[in-house]
Amino acid sequence: MSEDKFIFTAESKKKIFIMLGLGIVLTILGIITVGGHAHEDGNGHAFHWLHRLYANLWLNNVFVTGIAVIGVFFLAIQYAAMAGWSAYIKRIPEAFGYWLPIAGVLTLVLFFITNFTAPHHFHIFHWLDSSLYEVGGDNYDYIIANKQGYLNVPFFLFRMIAYFVLWSLMFFLIRKYSIREDELGGTEQWSKMRISSTVFIIIFAITSSTSAWDWVLSIDTHWFSTMFGWYMFSSWFVAGLSVITLTIIILYENGYLQNLNSSHLHDLGKFIFAFSVFWAYIWFSQFMLIYYANIPEETYYFLERMKSDVYAPLFYANIFINFVFPFLFLMTRDAKRHTIFLKIVCVALIFGHWLDFFLMIMPGTISENGGIGFMEIGLFLVFASGFLFVLLQSLAKAPLVAKNHPMLQESLHHHI
Amino acid sequence: MEKGKNYILGVFSDEDILLTAIPQIRESGIKIEEVFSPYPVHGIDDVLGYKRSKLPIAAFLFGMLGTALALVMQFWMMGVDWPMIIGGKNFASLPTFVPVTFELTVLIGSLGMVGVFFVISDLKPYAKPKIFDLRITDDKLVMAIDLAVNKMDKAEIVKLLQTSGADEINEKSFED
Repeated sequence: MSEDKFIFTAESKKKIFIMLGLGIVLTILGIITVGGHAHEDGNGHAFHWLHRLYANLWLNNVFVTGIAVIGVFFLAIQYAAMAGWSAYIKRIPEAFGYWLPIAGVLTLVLFFITNFTAPHHFHIFHWLDSSLYEVGGDNYDYIIANKQGYLNVPFFLFRMIAYFVLWSLMFFLIRKYSIREDELGGTEQWSKMRISSTVFIIIFAITSSTSAWDWVLSIDTHWFSTMFGWYMFSSWFVAGLSVITLTIIILYENGYLQNLNSSHLHDLGKFIFAFSVFWAYIWFSQFMLIYYANIPEETYYFLERMKSDVYAPLFYANIFINFVFPFLFLMTRDAKRHTIFLKIVCVALIFGHWLDFFLMIMPGTISENGGIGFMEIGLFLVFASGFLFVLLQSLAKAPLVAKNHPMLQESLHHHI
Repeated sequence: MEKGKNYILGVFSDEDILLTAIPQIRESGIKIEEVFSPYPVHGIDDVLGYKRSKLPIAAFLFGMLGTALALVMQFWMMGVDWPMIIGGKNFASLPTFVPVTFELTVLIGSLGMVGVFFVISDLKPYAKPKIFDLRITDDKLVMAIDLAVNKMDKAEIVKLLQTSGADEINEKSFED
């Protein structure tokens, strides 16, 4: 079974379409329950259900884009570190990259839809409000006006396109070598992949931070945090690792990747465990510095979340789901080596880091009008089914195991 | 029988032969005291039937002790013994205690684990090391069988070691 190819059956496609349909139904249900008519929120801004829908679209898009790019990043660190253990499973994160071009188009389209078509001059990004830059005007904002050199639409779009072009380019380059390796064998393709992986890591080191500033941090335009790039990267990384692990386990349980052993799972589990702790470390570092320094323009970010009826319970749940739970649950060796434990943790962490992004994006965009309802679940299912469809289709494009990977034998005998 | 501890040593030069010899010897009812190797041999723990070390449990408990000590210390110092206003915070504010708590958890957890490791491995400053064979730090794998715990005859053990592929069979005694 080592050369088996994944078959994307009609039945799986049907299930994904049912998921998509369920997501759309739930979203419509959510629109009805949120209410179609305008009402005022606490700050005097008019609220419309489209605001919440748009904020959700942006949230899910950023989250799923992150999972896709983390697939490529995970692959790249395996090559850069000359890792042997992952040779057997490397085609799974490799398939994630196919979402990137789609994500690029989606992000571009959603940027225009969510920022320029909503009623009541609603923007996801506060800095798009042109009245902020009119010197002497009522709305003139000295701080935001000073950020205009970085936060303006042409440069923003240029960066957005640059990220996706660079990420996709590096991904397709790595993928090309990977497919060629299947045909030709030898170690030459591996060396080429190692170089392109290193280049990708250097690109991603910069773009993971800047894309975090652009897509999420700039929602709260006044606020700034030097930890933010790392914070969002770690959240993406844990979510991506969870999706990779869950995909591998589900494939294994459906008869693929039968040479997978508990040591592979152990390593994946260690990755998830370690980066959950890393996420908590970054999250807490950001929180504690702001808490300790007590500067008003920084603390309001946490006040919005901790002193809010809508977000406070989720704020504490976030720490519990993403740190306390995986920390205690995955601590033992046995938990990391058994699929059932990993499945529970992966599902919890995928939800948990979606919640983390929810807490990054929602308070700054729709403040107290947010919440987790049918709309949130529905749109998550819509994006998840889209990602899953592309992922499974990409998995079927190439054999599940890179049969000529120079370290495949080492991976098959992986033992820790 | 001589005084002290008497061992029969099977000297192997190939790990694959050793890995097949161990189950044969264990199946015939001989208890192997220890196997010495100059490098880690994959899968040797399994064939020797070693149980997993309980050291992680000690580490966890010492870590918890560190957490508890750190929190008690800080709450007592900052909240009870000498309250000070720092940055307008409460006297006892949990977030500010987290870094110290983290550090003490790691410190006491690791020191405790090292201590426990020394105790269970019998590593003490005045301990006299039992050197079975100098070549175990070079290129030989040595299996040590304690004669006192095995009921089997010495000649029989020697014969078994020979058939299972040992290069040399030596005897070694240590005075207690």
